[in-house]
Amino acid sequence: MSLLELRNLTHVYSRGTPFEKVAIDHLDLDIGAGETLGLIGHTGSGKSTLISHLNALLKPTEGTVLFSGEDIYSSKAAMRHARFRVGVVFQYPEYQLFEETVYADIAYGPKNQRLSQQEIDRRVREAAAFVGLSEDQFNRSPLELSGGQKRRAAIAGVLAMEPEVLVLDEPTAGLDPAGREDLLEKLFAWKDASGGTIILVTHDMSIANRCERLVVLESGRIVLDGPPEIVFAASEQLRGSGLDLPAAAHIAGLLRRAGVDLPAAIYTVDQLADAILSLRGKGGRPC
Amino acid sequence: MDPIIRIKNLTYTYPDAPGPALDGVSLDVAPGTFVAVLGSNGSGKSTLAKHLNAILLPQSGKVLVDGMDTIDEGSLLPIRRKVGMVFQNPDNQIVANVVEDDVAFALENLGVEPREIRRRVDEALKQVGMYDFRLHAPHLLSGGQKQRVAIAGVLAMGPEVLVLDEPTAMLDPRGRREVVGTVERLCREKGITVLLITHHMDEAVRADRVLIMDHGHIVMDGTPAEVFARADELRALSLTVPDTTALIEKLNAAGMHLPLSALTPEACAAAIKEALS
Repeated sequence: MSLLELRNLTHVYSRGTPFEKVAIDHLDLDIGAGETLGLIGHTGSGKSTLISHLNALLKPTEGTVLFSGEDIYSSKAAMRHARFRVGVVFQYPEYQLFEETVYADIAYGPKNQRLSQQEIDRRVREAAAFVGLSEDQFNRSPLELSGGQKRRAAIAGVLAMEPEVLVLDEPTAGLDPAGREDLLEKLFAWKDASGGTIILVTHDMSIANRCERLVVLESGRIVLDGPPEIVFAASEQLRGSGLDLPAAAHIAGLLRRAGVDLPAAIYTVDQLADAILSLRGKGGRPC
Repeated sequence: MDPIIRIKNLTYTYPDAPGPALDGVSLDVAPGTFVAVLGSNGSGKSTLAKHLNAILLPQSGKVLVDGMDTIDEGSLLPIRRKVGMVFQNPDNQIVANVVEDDVAFALENLGVEPREIRRRVDEALKQVGMYDFRLHAPHLLSGGQKQRVAIAGVLAMGPEVLVLDEPTAMLDPRGRREVVGTVERLCREKGITVLLITHHMDEAVRADRVLIMDHGHIVMDGTPAEVFARADELRALSLTVPDTTALIEKLNAAGMHLPLSALTPEACAAAIKEALS
């Protein structure tokens, strides 16, 4: 049994009006415990609608979501439970900070979980340490933090609920390359330490190629599902879905088309460099 | 040709900030140039951009737009017409319920004659490839389409300089291609000077000139090939290099001799192919 099972999940917005839109279309997806899954697709492909079902923020029009085999929509208690077990960090979460202090903002989730004061305190400190937010920031207003610190505070607020699944929608958008790298490292470190599951929604192929599994959405359906080397091999289909290839996969494709004999599964700069150097080692490409 | 933008020793410190956001920046930009501005968060890019149409005024030093000093109140309107700004979040820039009304917004405020508004709005929408959407509701458009509408709103004012502050940060790859392609075309075909602030190295590769900012200073200034060849220095500034540069560096370190100027995937593939055969 998978940790999360999406069964025939369908979501229709504005049903019965001229604006009716099928955002998720009879979709089945199993997500195992401990997976690092990248969810990719262009704007409007259904990514955000999909993740809003993982913690019962949206109710499906048809189908359902199972968490450890239990239907998360079966009762109010089940929905509430799902909300704590699946932590969702939406795009630009720094706009969702609202408490008077950084500490209170991070404590908001665990407080709603009705934990003891002592447990809340432990979790706030641990979550803040995880995202690299120092305790001398705790009494400041979240609005006084820099952009990067705000994003960390918002993510800490979700981590403090100690979810089993962490879902992040474009967590690195607007960060500079060093900030991007730093945040990703922290997220992967959280996963290693907690044994949790990560679902990353992203357009950035350099982030996508660090996931173990990629699911490509188009018009509310899954069009590709597999490890990066399989998904990035389907370059035509990705471009058709409005997505980019990682630069290394793109260059490898151009070289193959020019007659250079490269292996199929290339999507990182290191893989491509090794493949080119091994050809050179053989004295160049056989004619 | 006289520079369209001339900045001399510009310094600016935000209230209560520990240090200056801009610290003695000097810069000349020739008309019709496509300039990309890179730098880590907090390096001063946006502060620089906001000085170009007098949203911020220099605390010391000077900013001249086509010879007009931004500190001179009488020049405010002509400067704002010459320099159009586009920001990161398209939803914060769109005010009307119909695309063409949004593009006409500034012109209506200026009391431009209706027939002239019609002409300019149509032309601006055609230039960004959004004419067919002129009667659509902006909130139903994609991010890339919304940004192109925002650009059209600025173009309708007939600017000579377009300043874009991370216009693609919230867009998907298709939207990014649409917006950067549009901006590049406006520069090449209409001679509009472009300052594009971005974190995406593959966008900067298409510029004529790349500026790197760090702690309120311009620390590198050159063609993309010149700037990205200094990969180690860029990494020290918390920046990355384009994947093409990283690949060529690795291959050269292993004894190949490829030009660091091959910055696009196409140029990079061609150089590798030639070296292998």
